[in-house]
Amino acid sequence: MTPADTLRFASRAALAYPLRTALMVLAMAIGVAAVVVLTALGDGARRYVVGQFASLGANLVIVLPGRNQTGGVNAGSFVTSTPRDLTVADASALLRAPLVTRVAPLSLGNSEISVGGKLREVLVLGTTADYVDIRNYHVAAGQFLPREDLGRAAAVAVIGDTLRRELFGNEPAVGRMARIGDHRLRVVGVMAPSGQGLGMNTDEIVIVPVATAQAMFNTNTLFRIMVEVRNREAIVPAQREMEKIMRARHEGELDVTLITQDAVLGTFDRILGALTLAVAGIAAISLAVAGILVMNVMLVAVTQRTGEIGLLKALGASGRHIRLAFLTEAALLSLAGAFVGFALGHLGAWGIRLTWPVLPAWPPQWAVIAALGTALTTGLLFGVMPARRAARLDPVQALMKR
Amino acid sequence: MAQIELSGIERIFRLGDSEVHALRDLSVSIEAGEYVAVMGPSGSGKSTLLNLLGLLDRPDAGHYRLEGRDVTTLSADEQAEVRRARIGFVFQSFHLVPRLTAAENIALPLMLAGVAPAERASRVERALKDFGLESRAGHRPEELSGGQRQRVAIARATIMRPAMLLADEPTGNLDRATGQEVTALLEALNAGGTTLIVVTHDPSMGARARRQLLMEDGALRQDVRRADAAATAAG
Ligand SMILES: Nc1ncnc2c1ncn2[C@@H]1O[C@H](COP(=O)(O)OP(=O)(O)OP(=O)(O)O)[C@@H](O)[C@H]1O
Ligand SMILES: [Mg+2]
Repeated sequence: MTPADTLRFASRAALAYPLRTALMVLAMAIGVAAVVVLTALGDGARRYVVGQFASLGANLVIVLPGRNQTGGVNAGSFVTSTPRDLTVADASALLRAPLVTRVAPLSLGNSEISVGGKLREVLVLGTTADYVDIRNYHVAAGQFLPREDLGRAAAVAVIGDTLRRELFGNEPAVGRMARIGDHRLRVVGVMAPSGQGLGMNTDEIVIVPVATAQAMFNTNTLFRIMVEVRNREAIVPAQREMEKIMRARHEGELDVTLITQDAVLGTFDRILGALTLAVAGIAAISLAVAGILVMNVMLVAVTQRTGEIGLLKALGASGRHIRLAFLTEAALLSLAGAFVGFALGHLGAWGIRLTWPVLPAWPPQWAVIAALGTALTTGLLFGVMPARRAARLDPVQALMKR
Repeated sequence: MAQIELSGIERIFRLGDSEVHALRDLSVSIEAGEYVAVMGPSGSGKSTLLNLLGLLDRPDAGHYRLEGRDVTTLSADEQAEVRRARIGFVFQSFHLVPRLTAAENIALPLMLAGVAPAERASRVERALKDFGLESRAGHRPEELSGGQRQRVAIARATIMRPAMLLADEPTGNLDRATGQEVTALLEALNAGGTTLIVVTHDPSMGARARRQLLMEDGALRQDVRRADAAATAAG
């Protein structure tokens, strides 16, 4: 019996019982589709988050006041109590490190902005001219903050796109005056709309020189310092340089935390990767269930076709012929299920991408291969027992059964 | 050397404590090309004998030599090979695969033997013509009459040109006229040189055979040759 004959014989047998075949293909398809859709969702979420953080810039180091022991990233890294303050002088000192290219001190506070009669709450960010380049933001109109001495409290502001719309409507904003808290500032620029993003959204903030912000909030401390180093490879040595500088400036004590994008990314990547794997595992259980179904259906098929098996034996079929025919049938059913499931899964992932365009819900390659592989292996594995049972049937007994 | 030589064959079925002696101390030899009818009351062991001859069953004792070779000691796969090449079966209930067409049913042994598709097609076509089934090639068994079904089964049994044809009540499910047609077909094949062994309850069919084996309670009671009978009548 040639392989082509075995294949044809098995597929004819599968097609002879359309309902049974359809149900089994469906069971297998649901398992595979579940793996494909769920991993697409999980991996999409992972890619979304990682992508958002990646937009921070690969060669960025964030300096926070306070120190946590592990040096990794946890919730504490973001809300530290302040043992020794970060200052603008610290930022200037960091800029002197050879591997550091740009530095942006950040000072943050809430205030009110009023233009004409309109008044609203606003988040004020004090920083320097380099901030726009470090963060890869774009200015839609006018300019960003002027490049000048860090200590100079110029009375200028750059506003977000939403603020512009709410306060100035269709009139040009650049050149107009705005009152922020007790200060009168000139609007020198308007930020381009941010779109969706995980990081800070510039649409509803006012950006002013760092000294202006510190004067406004009557403080000389910084919220954090953003440091850009020469390139990605320079991150580790630059971190060492910066730690040395900070230690020297803070009486030999390293009381700041340096966070790199890689550390943040790595953590999220690990968490969401594990999540995807767990979800894939759960979906794989449905594949195992489908495998058991395959076995049952094939056992029923053997019983149903006992007479036929007896006949084939009388015609000179060996045990191998019969085993192969039934195994091929099980494999065909699993394969059909796997492909239908693959198509359904991709359809589902496509639906998710349509519904949530920001989520790159593409099933990862490994998941697709694993799902198809598992489907085929379970089908074959669970097909072995029925096939062997068929091959072992006594021909005389089998022929007597009709 | 006879084509079939059975010596001291025993076949015992055990069901729990009880034993059924289906064949006891059976010895018989059949020459190539013979036409043998196996007859006897129900339960006398006719089907058991035929299954043994067709290598579908093994004796508990005794020896079966087929064309000079002891086939009782062969492995299951070796026996399958002998069946494939040398033995054709015809059953009372036809045993056609319901999802396959007449042509595909006839082609089954060729497929199992790995005959190339082109040769397969031409041989099946010839068989369809020989058995008057040309117009039924694409029909499935359920679309055929009883006689046509049995003709398909005979075509399938002979497509490998076996040395012997074993038929267990081949006309049992057919009306008288159709039964006679099928009997004529089998006899024509026998006339072509194939050994024909038929189990039958029908005395008129049994009487047509040149040799009759009369079974009773698992033993061979009578071995009648028509040539002998004719000789006795003449003498
Ligand atoms: N698988 C089996 N298990 C137990 N007993 C069996 C088995 N097959 C046959 N027998 C017994 O062996 C005896 C011979 O059976 P066999 O089928 O050969 O009879 P038969 O001559 O063909 O009868 P019939 O004319 O009714 O077909 C019977 O008593 C039967 O009950
Ligand atoms: Mg019988």
